[in-house]
Amino acid sequence: MQVPLSWYLIVAAALFCIGLYGALSRRNAIGILMGVELMLNAVNINLLAFWRHVEAAEGTLSGQVFAIIVITVAAAEAAVGLALVIAVYRNRRTVDVEDVDLMKL
Amino acid sequence: MTEFFFNLTWLIPLTPLAAFAIIVLWTNRNRLLSTWVAWIGIGLAWILGWIVFFLSWKNFPELTPPEFGHPVSLYAIPTGSTVLKLGFQVDTLTGLMLFMVPFVCLMIFIYSKGYMNYGTAEVDSRYSRFFAYISLFACGMLGLVVSDNFVTLLVFWEIMGLCSYLLIGFWFDKSYADPKRITPKQAGLKAFLTTRIGDVIMLAGILLLYSQTGTLTFREVFSEETLHTLATTYAFAGVPWATLVAILIFGGAVGKSAQFPLHVWLPDAMEGPTPVSALIHAATMVSAGVYLVARTFPLFTAVHGGTQLAVVAFIGAFTALFASTIAVAQNDIKRVLAYSTISQLGYMIAALGIGAYVAAVFHLIAHAFFKALLFLGSGSVIHGVEHGHHHSHQEHEGQETEFDANDMMNMGGLLRRMPRTGWTFVIGALALTGIFPWAGFWSKDEILADAWKSFTQGGEFGVSQGWSFFVWLLLTLAAFLTAFYTGRQIFLTFAGKPRTEAARHAPESVGSMTWPLIILAVFATFLGLFGMPWANRFFQLLGQEATIMGEHLSHGEFNPLVAGISTLVALAGWLIAWFVYGRKPLVEPVDPLAKTLGPVYTLLKNKYYVDEIYKAVVIQPVIRLAEACYAFDDKFVIDPIVDGVGRFGRWLSEWLKKAIDNPIVDGAVNGVGQVTAAFGEFMRATQTGNVQNYLLVAAVTVLLLLALFLVRG
Amino acid sequence: MTVSHVVFVILSVVALVGAAGVVIHRNLFRAALFLVLSFVAVAGLYILLEAEFLAMVQLLVYVGAISILIIFAVMLSRQMMSPKFKARNEQWLWGLVTALALFAVLAVILKSVSWPTVQSAAPTDAIAKLGQALVSPDHYLLPFEVASVLLLVALVGAVIIAREK
Repeated sequence: MQVPLSWYLIVAAALFCIGLYGALSRRNAIGILMGVELMLNAVNINLLAFWRHVEAAEGTLSGQVFAIIVITVAAAEAAVGLALVIAVYRNRRTVDVEDVDLMKL
Repeated sequence: MTEFFFNLTWLIPLTPLAAFAIIVLWTNRNRLLSTWVAWIGIGLAWILGWIVFFLSWKNFPELTPPEFGHPVSLYAIPTGSTVLKLGFQVDTLTGLMLFMVPFVCLMIFIYSKGYMNYGTAEVDSRYSRFFAYISLFACGMLGLVVSDNFVTLLVFWEIMGLCSYLLIGFWFDKSYADPKRITPKQAGLKAFLTTRIGDVIMLAGILLLYSQTGTLTFREVFSEETLHTLATTYAFAGVPWATLVAILIFGGAVGKSAQFPLHVWLPDAMEGPTPVSALIHAATMVSAGVYLVARTFPLFTAVHGGTQLAVVAFIGAFTALFASTIAVAQNDIKRVLAYSTISQLGYMIAALGIGAYVAAVFHLIAHAFFKALLFLGSGSVIHGVEHGHHHSHQEHEGQETEFDANDMMNMGGLLRRMPRTGWTFVIGALALTGIFPWAGFWSKDEILADAWKSFTQGGEFGVSQGWSFFVWLLLTLAAFLTAFYTGRQIFLTFAGKPRTEAARHAPESVGSMTWPLIILAVFATFLGLFGMPWANRFFQLLGQEATIMGEHLSHGEFNPLVAGISTLVALAGWLIAWFVYGRKPLVEPVDPLAKTLGPVYTLLKNKYYVDEIYKAVVIQPVIRLAEACYAFDDKFVIDPIVDGVGRFGRWLSEWLKKAIDNPIVDGAVNGVGQVTAAFGEFMRATQTGNVQNYLLVAAVTVLLLLALFLVRG
Repeated sequence: MTVSHVVFVILSVVALVGAAGVVIHRNLFRAALFLVLSFVAVAGLYILLEAEFLAMVQLLVYVGAISILIIFAVMLSRQMMSPKFKARNEQWLWGLVTALALFAVLAVILKSVSWPTVQSAAPTDAIAKLGQALVSPDHYLLPFEVASVLLLVALVGAVIIAREK
């Protein structure tokens, strides 16, 4: 018997929530980025789990294609994000997001 | 054709009115044009008036039954429960007036050109305005005689009053060194106010009449039933409505025709230019009062033997004698004529008072002609003397002392220097004093004859014999005095040698002034022939109408006794005048009568001090009362109220500001601002600038939505 | 309880522990390493789901590229060793609560749904099929191309942003 779909989903949910916690509570910008990567991973797990349990019987691969696209986007976003962090660090000598509050009223 | 011209009667007052409007609006600057516009205006009225008169003369039998004249209703204005009908009418009385009025007006208009010094260096600065005013006046008089109802009668009556004021005060900037002498401005006001008293009384009468009859059209008021009702219903104890209304309306005649006690304005009205005196105060306006009584005569005769006729007769006769005594002691040439006018009007009023309707109207017409002639003549004399004064002063270059060109004491011997003026003046004087065969003889004699007949045979309309005798006696005495003062006037002005330089150099007047004199003299001479007792056209004209009115006028026969007495009396007057003034013409400007009569002379000269009495008894108290009211109002009532209102307003506004404006309005406005600011401060907290905070909020929101989904299923 | 179940549990635990390590450690380098661990576990899960190609991609891209990138970024911002530097911000408790609550809600939801079970085996020529799907105009050529453009843009953007002025 295969692993039930719900298990995968729960694992993905847990991973997502951990990633969310990281994004919400880390000071370091790079730390926040790592949390975001975790969340994206959780999403990928979801996608593939659904593909396997729902779609794979029909023989189409849209789940996998979607997951590939997500990975691509995650890579691009990580690249740009880290470039931003470096640029901010160069300007402000800090990676603490609490110090970057120019939008404060 | 008769119909056609009768229907155009309404044009007669309108052409002079149009002339007035044209002069005022357009031709004011151009003297020649203004003159011609005025002349054409009155000329058209004259032509149309004479056409209507001759047609009415020819057609009078058809004019009278069954309608009263030939009325044409122009407008019917609904006024509540009744209808006010305005229109005009032509009956024989109107026709006669239309014969006299526009013609005399035309003569005076022509005369005015010369009098106002047209074309010379001394031309009057307000020349055109004069012609405008006399045109408006002509409209008033002509409108009066063609009216068929009390309303338009009143309107034109008032127009004449206004023009009288404007024209008496025409030289409003003239002032005298002697403060006792009345200035033209004051004289105009005096005339207006005095006639106003009469007008108010008349208005009261008309209003009462309306309240009793509900109509103001002559035809309806003078119908048999209405008159009967008025005569038999009583206003208050023993006084029928007809009597009351008649006496009140007579009040207007007393004012306008300068009868005692409202006569005081006419002598002072002589301050106006002489054409004005001739036109208004001799020929037309003052005879409007007589016309009024003649027109409303049915009211006066409604009550048989009533007091109204007695009142009229008394006032007329008394005034006739009263005024003629004053004229004896006057030195101003125009004032003599003014008192003479008052006296002659008294004749007419007295005649009406004893029921001699035809005689009164006859005398009115005749008097208009010869009095106008006399006034115009006096104007010519004054003109000449003024010219003479200028010339003599230019020669001598003396100081400019105040020279009165009107004073007869400054004249003398003018017959030689101004022949046309002089001889026409003499003709007028002969007519006035009632010398056969001039007009005055016939008209005056008819009045006296009627009075005598009334005395001996009993009067018409219930006039008592006592009154008739009273009237006859006073009028005969007045005739004596008339001849005396007229003779005095002639001898002082024209006979003897000139007493001053001015008189020595006085020239004859220009043609535009002397030709009207000549024409009027012709009328004064021959008009009387129409009223001769044995062929009395006047009686035919008017008597017929009177019969239709319900009156019965008996034909006045020729009474040789009365005629003889009146002629004797007149001749006696002339003789005594010649004796005092003509035999040895005066050299010194002192009146010999002053020595003879002494204090009586002073009394006469000061007009019995009537003006002074009026001033003390009436005018001063009114002025005091006005001043008292003014002080009371201003100090105690009006000012405190106004100030109080102002103070209250200020207090109220301050209180409102403290109580409402500051807390509520300002509070609201400020409050809004404060709330917004507070809210903003509150919301500001959410803008931390920290992205993670925002993310947290988003996450919480998602969580809540999911939880909701969970709960709801 | 088959082998797959056990393997699944092991891989899941590793992934979750790795993730926890990422969000807890103050030292970023350590956190990055834990991230790598988590990625690897997730790749294992992919294999369990019979998406082998994707597991390889995961390893290549995430572990091979992104993690390295992160480590380089950590190096370039040398705050990792500072003891004063706190790892958590002021709202960490709120974040924790939210995350836990979210997990709770999700778990409840997930449990209450009846999920479909696996019907048949996965396709054997998945890679060929995947390649076709990616470049076939009928399937996902457009998203593929857009994704490539995205990568280009990201590349250019990152270079520009991080450039030394």
